[in-house]
Amino acid sequence: MRAPCRVIPRLLVAVGLTVLPNGAGPRAEALVADLSHHLIAITTAFVGTSVVLFGTAEAGGDIVVTVVGPRQEQIVRRKARVAGIWINREGLAFRQVPSYYAVAATGPLEEIARPDTLARLEIGTDHLKLEPIDAAGLMISEIAAFQAALVRQKQEQALYSRTPGHINFIGEQLFRTTLAFPANVPPGLYQVQVFELHDGFATDAQRSTLVVSKVGLEADVFDFAQQRASLYGLTAIALAIVSGWLASVIFRRG
Amino acid sequence: MDIYLPIAEMSVNLFLLLGLGGAVGFLSGVFGVGGGFLMTPLLIFIGIPPAVAVGSEASQILASSFSGAIAHARRGNVDFRMGIVLVAGGFVGSAFGVWLFAQLRQIGQIDLVISLAYLLFLGTVGALMLVESVRAWFRLRGRRDTFTRRHRHLWLHGLPLKMRFHRSRLYISALMPLGLGFFVGILASIMGVGGGFLMVPAMIYLIGMPTAVVVGTSLFQISFVTAATTYLHAVNNQTVDVFLALALIVGGVIGAQFGTSAGARLRGEQLRILLALIVLVVCAKIGYDLIAMPEHLYSLGAVGHS
Repeated sequence: MRAPCRVIPRLLVAVGLTVLPNGAGPRAEALVADLSHHLIAITTAFVGTSVVLFGTAEAGGDIVVTVVGPRQEQIVRRKARVAGIWINREGLAFRQVPSYYAVAATGPLEEIARPDTLARLEIGTDHLKLEPIDAAGLMISEIAAFQAALVRQKQEQALYSRTPGHINFIGEQLFRTTLAFPANVPPGLYQVQVFELHDGFATDAQRSTLVVSKVGLEADVFDFAQQRASLYGLTAIALAIVSGWLASVIFRRG
Repeated sequence: MDIYLPIAEMSVNLFLLLGLGGAVGFLSGVFGVGGGFLMTPLLIFIGIPPAVAVGSEASQILASSFSGAIAHARRGNVDFRMGIVLVAGGFVGSAFGVWLFAQLRQIGQIDLVISLAYLLFLGTVGALMLVESVRAWFRLRGRRDTFTRRHRHLWLHGLPLKMRFHRSRLYISALMPLGLGFFVGILASIMGVGGGFLMVPAMIYLIGMPTAVVVGTSLFQISFVTAATTYLHAVNNQTVDVFLALALIVGGVIGAQFGTSAGARLRGEQLRILLALIVLVVCAKIGYDLIAMPEHLYSLGAVGHS
């Protein structure tokens, strides 16, 4: 935890996030952060990538960065043994689940932020708001088990961070961190949020966006398959038939 | 070298795909089977979503069965009339299977159904093939002859809609090949296989076709049905990955070249015993996975839209 700082009008940050008055005095340094690039292009050779986030903040505070991928409905299923074999039995769907979630911080989350701050700003995989769609008849502990399983499975797929990444301060005010995106990163619009914390309270925040998108051939093939499914199906058949025919010609010669 | 698959939305080593295609193609060449029953579980094993594995594998089987069907047609080993009746049944079965696939995926039971189908059909066919080929190896041929002859006049043959199949020298009800085609069409679209392992014995023992035209006719049927399956999966589920299919096709073509020449040096009974053992090993692995305590009790379902 970095040294506690001067008194700041904390109440101001209790509600708003994006636009915060940081002109609380002539001494205040506005939080400024940016990404090394705002587009992750998925090309044929895409094997994952990393984006550098850098910025400046008032000296003496802590910085937390969260990256939230496009939110989707996500169902979690639990297996049970039926007649000797394991089959999916109960399922619980959650709404607005981040398809990707990463967090980085200048220190251990529980030490630099108060529990209510973590919960409100969804900082850390333990504090994601995972809201079940229809949990009728399920006990709180069961819902919690499904929530924990969701996070665990996402971590298995490398889509949620297991442990917060590190943010390093270079000097007093300059900070930077590297955000890693795996090869299976879902395409879509990503929200990158940077929080400045003092004494466990968020005092400033900045939001920027990042686009993950298939480009070139990858995008063309995907769009073709989605938008002109019928023609795509015929093309797939034609490709297979032509290669099968070519193979038979080669076989005949050989 | 990694390649990003646009439909599977994941990055896979290209040489792994070529190698898989080559290895399965080699076995297809040796044994004269399509190899879908090996490839689909292998694709799922390396992390390809089951739906994409099944959809893309259909187009790979199309390529390999089409080239096989051409070769057999050149030698006059295809009963086209029988083939067309089988295809008609296959189209309906394939459409039903793709619909069923989507329903099962919705309720989260597709993996279970794929596993159970593999267990049931591979187990049965593998065991029968093993018993039969071991017997043949020990030269108990007389017994096998009476076994086939006994099936020449099934009650099934006497159903209405009788048709004459000149090439197979048969005059039987068209409902039988229609029904068989339908059934194999369902399997093709759910299991991501061609269904030759089931159709060939059924054509010999149930329909009573001459062995010479069985393989060519089944490849003819498989070509059409996998083409239909590819199309239907592409339209209904958007789960056909052409990059994945092409990599597997290229590997498979090369593997099959070597496999065919290797197969020519082995004896028929030995080959069948080997194939039966491979089938049973795949089957045992799938069975074990169903019974053993899973590593993760929880799994993430198909993504919906919020």
